Order: sequence, then structure tokens, then C-alpha cells
Amino acid sequence: MTDKTTSSDLTKAPDLDATPIGITTPAGGEATEARSLASDAWRELRQRPLFWVSLAIIAVFVLMAIFPQLFTRLDPTDADLAKGSDPPSFTWNGAWFGYDLQGYDIYARTIYGARASILVGVFATILTSLLGVLIGTFAAYAGGWVDSLMMRVTDIFFAIPFLLGGILFMTTFANDANTGYFVIVGKVVLVLAILGWPSIARLMRGSVLQVKPNDYVQAARALGASPWRIIRSHILPNAMAPVLIVSMINLGAYISAEASLSFLGIGLTPPAISWGVAISDSLVYIRTAPHMLIFPSIFLSLTVLGFIMLGDVVRDAFDPKTR
Amino acid sequence: MGKYIVRRLLLMIPVVVGATFLIYAMVFAMPGDPLAGRCGERPCNPAFAAKFRADHNLNDPLPIQYAKYLGNLAQGDLGETFQQVKVADELQQRYPITTRLAIIAILFELFIGVLAGVLSGIRRGKFIDNLVLVSTLIVIAIPTFVIGSLAQYAFGLKLGWFPVTVSPQATWFELLLPGMVLGAISLAYVARLTRTNLVENLRADYVRTATAKGLSRARTVGVHTLRNSLIPVVTFVGADFGGLLGGAIITERIFNIRGVGGYIFQSIHSRDGVAVVGAVTVLVIVFLFMNLIVDLLYGVLDPRISHD
Repeated sequence: MTDKTTSSDLTKAPDLDATPIGITTPAGGEATEARSLASDAWRELRQRPLFWVSLAIIAVFVLMAIFPQLFTRLDPTDADLAKGSDPPSFTWNGAWFGYDLQGYDIYARTIYGARASILVGVFATILTSLLGVLIGTFAAYAGGWVDSLMMRVTDIFFAIPFLLGGILFMTTFANDANTGYFVIVGKVVLVLAILGWPSIARLMRGSVLQVKPNDYVQAARALGASPWRIIRSHILPNAMAPVLIVSMINLGAYISAEASLSFLGIGLTPPAISWGVAISDSLVYIRTAPHMLIFPSIFLSLTVLGFIMLGDVVRDAFDPKTR
Repeated sequence: MGKYIVRRLLLMIPVVVGATFLIYAMVFAMPGDPLAGRCGERPCNPAFAAKFRADHNLNDPLPIQYAKYLGNLAQGDLGETFQQVKVADELQQRYPITTRLAIIAILFELFIGVLAGVLSGIRRGKFIDNLVLVSTLIVIAIPTFVIGSLAQYAFGLKLGWFPVTVSPQATWFELLLPGMVLGAISLAYVARLTRTNLVENLRADYVRTATAKGLSRARTVGVHTLRNSLIPVVTFVGADFGGLLGGAIITERIFNIRGVGGYIFQSIHSRDGVAVVGAVTVLVIVFLFMNLIVDLLYGVLDPRISHD
């Protein structure tokens, strides 16, 4: 970072990895001994045990979502009413997590429940980030009345309480018994995206406003670059970092929000297997069969923890203030 | 200052109108006929049905219905539900309960959160710091309804320290456990926010000066550093109050509290649009006012920020 950028660097897009949050000086590209903030952050990250712990948690749950068969050979849709709400039995062949009211094996249900949570989390994050970045960048770059108008629209969506908006949306577009798995998941993703984009848009707008007055953006404009090119190769790479980190933390929050909606009986609905639904169903039997509540709760919390912890560690690594 | 407040109040109008319109439109689009089942097993008398529809503006298209609603709202009338109950009356009974719940949550998160944040901030990198950081992460990761159900099971059922559910009177003691559940996640944020700001401010010049002139550690931290570190915390808590009112829906359901959240949930299920829009409108307005107060407070607490 010692020598300032040469003029040839100005037309070249600084690459994404080399750009820190808030700090807009492009890193010296070729100089090998100059450490960019990203490589600094990576060195810092490697030493943090929490980073590896969270990565391991995420890896396990993602694997569980893709190949649940690896973790259990039981069928989660296989119910035996005779075993209804049997407590866990810790024998070699027993059901370690016990059975729920319908006689489903809770272990198998819990393993298969990962898929819905991860799907909702990942797609809701992608969709909110896309919407937020698009709207935030456009508002900040256009400025003037376009900016004011778009920020007012953002305010409107921001003012609607998250859960209430979600409940209303899911009741208006209710599922029935014939709704397919991906439609059910898609609706939850959609509602999370509709209610979640304003915070990302605000963040992105602030970030772009910080990058926009920089010399290299002015230089690109002076050289006759089109707005599209300025945004794509100069503004976006330098303004994306805060959004990426917040999105990572949000991924955990969306999984939690999906479970909350399912808990209220309107997020995911059977036949989709979901931790939120399982927890909601078990609440009534908390006196007699607490195991039905505890195992899905632990899995859900661990997944959310994995993503939030990762986002937290990465943010710390990128934010020199906390060092 | 006056000009700033007026400008902010004016900016609130389009937000309230837009938000209520979105809610209204969604309620309008809800499937189901409000007349279904109203007259028992048989269809309603056509004369009654016609009057019912006319009374509730059900024959108008969405924009007209909404304009009529907004006209009433501007006169302070939140409308009547399909059961001929005034929404304002119902809310008047329920808002104090939810407000009490939110106050408990706020006090809980302020006291415990700031305490934990200060402890971890002044012992940065030590055991207690790591303990606070990891435990707050865990609290943030556990969804409210899981914390609520587990707390109800452990403290209500097993240990018997608190009542399991809340009676319609909703006394302060009954609301204690639900309030703590509601405030748990915000508590974690308050602790982290306090810690970050304390750590940052402990490096400030004025703190070094205070230490150099021989002030005790307690005075340096307690008076000089903490006062400045708490500004973002106060603003967070202020903004959180509006959020807690809306977020109470889950806690209210677990502990069977007859608050605003439960009312909205129940009204959505019974397709009672007027009740939903009315309750949410009040929530949105409270939320916006809290944000305004927070912004004004910021200027008072931190003289560097001016609203003129």
C-alpha cells in the first residue's frame, strides 16, 4: 500500500478481493510485498478458531441439506403410530432422538429438515442482495429526485414490521395440501426478499455514495466511460464488501425468520419437512414429550449460529477498528 | 430544530400512507368471504348482506375503499371490525399490555446488556470478554420462539419460578419472563454495541488525559468513557422499542398474552381486514415516531450532531 496507484491502474478494475470495506484506495495490484486488506483479513481469519468452527458447522449442514441419505437410512415420511411420542432410547439400534406424535423418527425428520432451512436461507439472501444492491446502487448513482423517490419507497417497506408483513403475505397467498415443495419454499423466499431488501438497499446506497466522489471514478468518467461501465468496474467492486458481510449474517437471520413463520403455522407447511413446523407441533406436548421440542431446536440454532458466527468473524477481520 | 421536526413529520405522511396501502391491498386480496358463516348454516338474508357490504364498503374497488379508510383515519377513526367492535377500543385494551411487555424487555436489555458490555469492554481479550462475545452470539442464533418455549418449559413448568401463561390482567410479575424472552436477542446486540464503543472510546485522547491527570479507573471508565459509549446504545434501544411492539407476536403467542401482536394474528386468521390495518397502522406510526425521537435525542446527547 506504500506507492500510490499509477495512472494505468485507473482504467483497470480493482479486483474484488483486494477491496476492503469503506476504504476506497485501490490496492497496489502487482506489488507482491504490499499486503492488501483482504490478504490481511485472510491472515487474521486463519488464526481465529471461531472461523474454522463456523465453517465446519456450515459444511455439515449444507452436506445434510444436499445428501440427507448420508446421515440416516430411515425414511422421514415413514410413520408408525404405535411408537407415537416415544422418548429417545440410547441403544445401538434405537431412535436416539425418539419419535414424534405421529411416530415419525425425529432424527430422520431433523436431518431432512435441513434442506428447507438452507434453501430458504440461501435463496432469500441471494434475492435480497440482488434487489438491495440494484436499487441502492441505482438510487445513489442517479441522485436527485430519483434518489429521494426510491428512498421513500424503501422507507415504506422498512416501516412494515417484518413478522406481521410475513404473516399477512403468507395468509393472502396461502398454501394448500396440493402445493408443491418448491412453490412453498419459493413463497417463503419471496416474502423474506420483499420485506428484507430495504436494509441492504440503504447500506448499498451509503456505500456507493462514499465511493462515487473518488478520483478514479471521476477519471473514468472523464475518459468517457459509460455509466454502466463505471458502475460495473469501478463502483460495484469497491462498494460491495459491507453488503457481502451483512448478507452473510442475514443468511442466518433468514433461516431464523423462516422458522418463526413456520412456527406460526404459515411459513413452510407439510409436506415440506421443517424445523419450525416440528417445533411448533411439539409445543403443545411440551409437558409430556419435551424431546420433540429439543432436538429440532438445537439443529436450528446451530445452523443459524454457524452463519452468524462466520459473518461476525469475517466482519471483525475486515474492520481494522476492532483489532 | 423546529424546521427539522416539521420536515420529518411531513416525510412521515407518505410512508404511513404507502405502508398502510400495502397492508390494505394484501388484506383486500385475502381469499375468503367475510359473510361466510355469519348467519349460521344458511346463506345470509340478501337485505342483510347488502347492508353489511355497504357498511363495510365491500362493493367499492380497492382504491376507493382505501381512500374512504384513509379519510376516516385522518379524522382519528380506525374503523369497526366485522363484529361491530371499534378497533380503537380493542387496541386501547391491548396496547397497555404490549407496552408493559416491551418496557420490561427494554429495562432487561439495558441493565444486563450494558453491564455485560462494560465488563467485556474493560477486560478486552480476557476470559470474560470471550465469554460475553460467544454467549451473545449464541443468544442471537437461537430464534425467539425457541428461547421462549425453552424458558417456559424450564422456568415455568420444571422450576415453577414464573407463571406458565399470562392471565388477561397481565400483571407486571406475570409479564416478567415473557419480557425477558422478548428482550433476549436485543440484549445480545446491546452488549456487543456497548463493548465495541467502549473499546473504541477507551483509546480516545480525552480518556488518556483523564488517566494522566490522575483520575481513578472507575471514574475514567464510568464517567468519561461510558457516557460517550452509550449514545449509540440509547439510539439502538429507542429504535428497538418500536420493533419490539411488532415483534412481540411470537412471545405473546407462546405465553398466551392478550396483546397487540396476538390481536393482529387472530384478526388475520379471521380475515378481519379493518382490525389488521388499524393495528398495523398504529404500529407503523409508533415505529416512525420512535425513530424521530431517537434522531432528536442523538442531537441532544452528541452536540457535534446538529439538525439545523
